[in-house]
Amino acid sequence: MTIDALGAILLIPSLSAALLAILPGYMLAAKLNIVAALATFLTSLSLFVIEPTSGQYLLLDDLNKVFIVLTTFIGFTTSVFSASYIHHEIEIGRLTPAFLRFYHAMYQVLMFAMNLALVANNIGLMWVAVEVATLTTVLMVGIYRTHEALEAAWKYFILGSVGIALALFGTILVYMAARPAVGEGLDGMVWTVLVKHAAQFDPALLNVAFVFLLLGYGTKVGLAPLHAWLPDAHAEGPTPISAVLSGLLLNVALYALLRFKMMLAINSEAIAPGPLMVTMGLISVIFAALMLYRRRDIKRMFAYSSIEHMGIIVFAFGMGGPLANFAALLHMAMHSLTKSAIFFAVGHIAQVKGTQKIAEIGGLTTTSPVLGWGLMLGVIAIVGLPPFGIFMSEFLVVSSTFARAPWLTVILVLGIIIALGGLFLRVGVVMFGEPKGKTAPAEASYVPMFTHLGLVLMAGIYLPPVLVTGFQNVAKLLG
Amino acid sequence: MSSLQFDIAHLLAGSLVLASFMMLYQDRLYALLNVYVLHAGVLALSVGWQAYVQQAPHLYITALIALVFKAIIIPVALHRIIKRLGIHREIENVIGIGLTMMAGIGLVALSMVVMLRVTPGADALAREDLAFALSVVLLGLLIMVTRRNAVSQVVGFMSLENGLVLAATGAKGMPLVVEISVAFSVLIAFIVIGIFLFRIRERFDSVDVQALDRFRGERR
Repeated sequence: MTIDALGAILLIPSLSAALLAILPGYMLAAKLNIVAALATFLTSLSLFVIEPTSGQYLLLDDLNKVFIVLTTFIGFTTSVFSASYIHHEIEIGRLTPAFLRFYHAMYQVLMFAMNLALVANNIGLMWVAVEVATLTTVLMVGIYRTHEALEAAWKYFILGSVGIALALFGTILVYMAARPAVGEGLDGMVWTVLVKHAAQFDPALLNVAFVFLLLGYGTKVGLAPLHAWLPDAHAEGPTPISAVLSGLLLNVALYALLRFKMMLAINSEAIAPGPLMVTMGLISVIFAALMLYRRRDIKRMFAYSSIEHMGIIVFAFGMGGPLANFAALLHMAMHSLTKSAIFFAVGHIAQVKGTQKIAEIGGLTTTSPVLGWGLMLGVIAIVGLPPFGIFMSEFLVVSSTFARAPWLTVILVLGIIIALGGLFLRVGVVMFGEPKGKTAPAEASYVPMFTHLGLVLMAGIYLPPVLVTGFQNVAKLLG
Repeated sequence: MSSLQFDIAHLLAGSLVLASFMMLYQDRLYALLNVYVLHAGVLALSVGWQAYVQQAPHLYITALIALVFKAIIIPVALHRIIKRLGIHREIENVIGIGLTMMAGIGLVALSMVVMLRVTPGADALAREDLAFALSVVLLGLLIMVTRRNAVSQVVGFMSLENGLVLAATGAKGMPLVVEISVAFSVLIAFIVIGIFLFRIRERFDSVDVQALDRFRGERR
């Protein structure tokens, strides 16, 4: 069997993970990590040129192409950020070279698992991949071994495992629902086969299955009230992992959910998954927006902002229809780019100041102007102000749903505005208040952060037509 | 399928629910662990019986994994960990045993109502299995929320996982069952028990999860 691009985006991370696990010397390892991530990204780009054929295990369609490119791109930029981040962690002795070997290997395992979840054509395989991704992040969150990190990792492990267990139960139920129509054996779990026959599935069983899948994968998406693990995991782990968690892993779980939503949409007798998703999305938006006001830890604050944005995305996907789906996809891409850029900035800021407490950080725009203004731009983008891309995607979400459900849209807008207030209130102190904390010059890599922000800005001003048609195709696919 | 075969399968799956109930009220770690061994043993028997009934040889592997990993290796390892941590004292329940049992009965009733109602089309064995499996899953969740000790939370989670394996074997011809159970076993064996308990212990001098709660990022 020859290895096509789909195989390669799995093979490159897994081989590099093995190599990084045995490679001593963290400087070299960090470089290799970047090279591997770049190679994966370039390979994923080649999917646009030569389309590999989907098989029984791996699948490529318009939907996962978007996710794969986004994942591998942010995986690459984060690896660049990670190199300068860990350099500092080694210097101050928070991490030792032995831990870093483990960290780099785990980083590539995580990339492998996320790519596998995205390309898997088998709902069982997809589940296994999400589980592996969860486990690797659990290990990485706990890597500092402080009280807080262990607590966060334990909580994440327990909640994540329960979530993923429920998702497995849902997956089994889908198989049960499909068995009369597609027969026993492997076919009953192959996504492409399932979709073809979804109209004949037992609707009642499919409904129950979706509830389990929504609860299970919803936990991983970080939807309220299943979000409890998310702020801790973001706050206590290394910042590159926070960036990957927010920017990518939440998307991967969402992707799994979307696949099953598509299946339910085909079966006319099953419940419409939309209202459930809309409800959970709205609850998440409102809840996270209110929670933003009481945050004292800067990474934790942006973790709540991630919950809010996942809420918006799930809301929009729940509303459905070509326009709302388009808006949701755009918002997802924009959120991933912006939030990881914010975490890049926050990571360096926390290193410069030696703390994550908002009260102990102040006057960033005077002490480290580049980082400070970088974060400021990120925050302006994330709250949805023009001219950044999130403004456009939020505008699209709101305008596309307003005609259909004005009241829901009012609640959504309210949530967005509350969140804007909360974020500005806190960030204002950090940015413009009296300079506090250490003022050591930052040794930061600004390139990943400004690349992301530049892309978000560009998307806000001008979306290339290629991208628009691409997203439109996916939106149509989602129904 | 003859009615005897069905009855035996039914009996074994029902015993699994019963074993879950037994775990609910164990207030000592060793006792809890012993009931878990019983739980895993019943699971292995149940899966083995399904393998025979469905004539699916790959399920024998699943049964063997359940027996070796879950009924022998993990309990022995946990036993040693408990001993080394010196925590073989009583475990406290957050809410009373009576209430926990009532909640457990409620959960089983719920899963019966839900699963039996939505699966009139499926064959009888699969229906019963799914209903029992959901009960075991929910009881496992209940065990996890009523315990504060990290070790008993892990045991609760493992019993939950047994419910999933039961569901997967009940679904006739389900592929990947073996892989899934292997993935799950690896998960439990390597990560949780080995690394975390010791790290937590090392940091907190306790595996009471309440001690963890005091160290939340924002309280101080």
